[in-house]
Amino acid sequence: MIRNMCLAAAIWLAAIPAAAAEFITVASTTSTENSGLLSEILPKFTEKTGIEVRVVAVGTGQALRIARNGDADLLLVHHRPSEDAFVAEGYGLERRDVMYNDFVLIGPGDDPAGISGAGDVSEALVRIAEAEAPFLSRGDDSGTHKKELELWAEAGVTLPDGGWYLETGSGMGATLNIGVATGAYVLTDRGTWITFGNKRDNELLFSGDPRLFNPYGVIVVNPERFPHAKVEAAQALSDWLVSAEGQAAIGAFQIEGLQAFCPNSPEKAGRREQEEERCPADR
Amino acid sequence: MDTLSAAWTLLLTADAELMGIIGLSLRVSLTATLIATLIGAPIGAALAIWRFPGRRLVLLLASTLMALPPVVAGLFVYLALSRAGPLGELGLLFTPAAMIVAQSILILPIIIALVHAAIQPMQREYDDMLTSVAAGPWLRVRTLMWDARFVLVTAVLAGFGRAIAEVGAVLIVGGNIAGVTRVMTTTIALETSKGNLELALALGLILMFIAFAVNVVMQGLTRFGRQYEVA
Repeated sequence: MIRNMCLAAAIWLAAIPAAAAEFITVASTTSTENSGLLSEILPKFTEKTGIEVRVVAVGTGQALRIARNGDADLLLVHHRPSEDAFVAEGYGLERRDVMYNDFVLIGPGDDPAGISGAGDVSEALVRIAEAEAPFLSRGDDSGTHKKELELWAEAGVTLPDGGWYLETGSGMGATLNIGVATGAYVLTDRGTWITFGNKRDNELLFSGDPRLFNPYGVIVVNPERFPHAKVEAAQALSDWLVSAEGQAAIGAFQIEGLQAFCPNSPEKAGRREQEEERCPADR
Repeated sequence: MDTLSAAWTLLLTADAELMGIIGLSLRVSLTATLIATLIGAPIGAALAIWRFPGRRLVLLLASTLMALPPVVAGLFVYLALSRAGPLGELGLLFTPAAMIVAQSILILPIIIALVHAAIQPMQREYDDMLTSVAAGPWLRVRTLMWDARFVLVTAVLAGFGRAIAEVGAVLIVGGNIAGVTRVMTTTIALETSKGNLELALALGLILMFIAFAVNVVMQGLTRFGRQYEVA
């Protein structure tokens, strides 16, 4: 009897949730997953094709690394130079535009560095540097981190080692939690900030500079490099994301009543111009 | 107080997604505990009973590895199971099986060290008696394990406690994929990163409640076992 009980227990323990007939692994960024975009649109794709999509949401740097190791079938990330390098080095097939949202600067509501009145993002960053107001960098090689470093370089600010500029070495959410608790400025993306539940008295202080646009690209991994990759299914998702249906699903996704991502696939050029009129970056 | 009532509401509504997450947490951590016990208990017992070359080194290693950071265990398993790694062919990365492997590695040293500590005094006490009846190695291990069984339960619970509580290893090898590899601790980390601190805390309370339930069951089994104790 005891033996049978042990056997039954072993079977229950070993039973792994039934997997769908076919699934692909997508390495993506926390901003697309945490905002709720992917859990909103991907079921539509699964319903249509029967392909289950498993999303591993990490920073762009780590997502690229996962794909380089052959552990993902599709990439959905947001750092153009890294994406182009990934394709050029033969790890991925073509990179396609999917959508964009925008980066924003958030900080304490009283805005000690006065960035809300800045003319462009460089001016906003220079004001933070001149005021030596605390600024938190993610320092984790993510798409947001890479973008932030580019913006500082364009603003001509030499970053100090410590002092008012601190690296958290953490994800977006962890960095925002530290930022709101210490009254520091943080570069984040609009979707993450809108859905962030722990804002306290911090506010979105600067946005709208075209240089803060945050384009997302989709890349299917190269089957010559990764023979085991489920390239056909990954290609199906890539095609769907840039299709009229996928682009419409992205455009229809809202956070607190506002459109969060702008579909911008040039493969649907006619749609694109209509969409851009009500995109978050233009608000 | 708000957190407490939020935790209750979450549990009482028995949200299917939450139930799936709790179920997976239990499956992964209990399986890892079972595997680590099946491997670790005999090793721990052997270390307590027999003297052999390398014994001290194994003991030192086991107690050192009790301090193994979960992230490091996760990285190790990630590199082994990645397609670029030696076991990549198996395609186990980002599955519950990978999480079970990582947690088994994480708690194996605890089981070995604690079982060794439980058996060693018994061995000293019983050695003459067992030698005088010319007990073979199997009888010796069985006798000592049986008489130390209540302490062994504590070793197993300590292993389970580390498994169910850790987040670093399962996050790396599981990937926190919704509906596939998302467990309690990775959900708590995710909700914290979304700034939903109350929800994260409520989930933490539920995790504690589950650990409490597991301990109650184990204690019940121990009581049940005591009825068969030979006076």
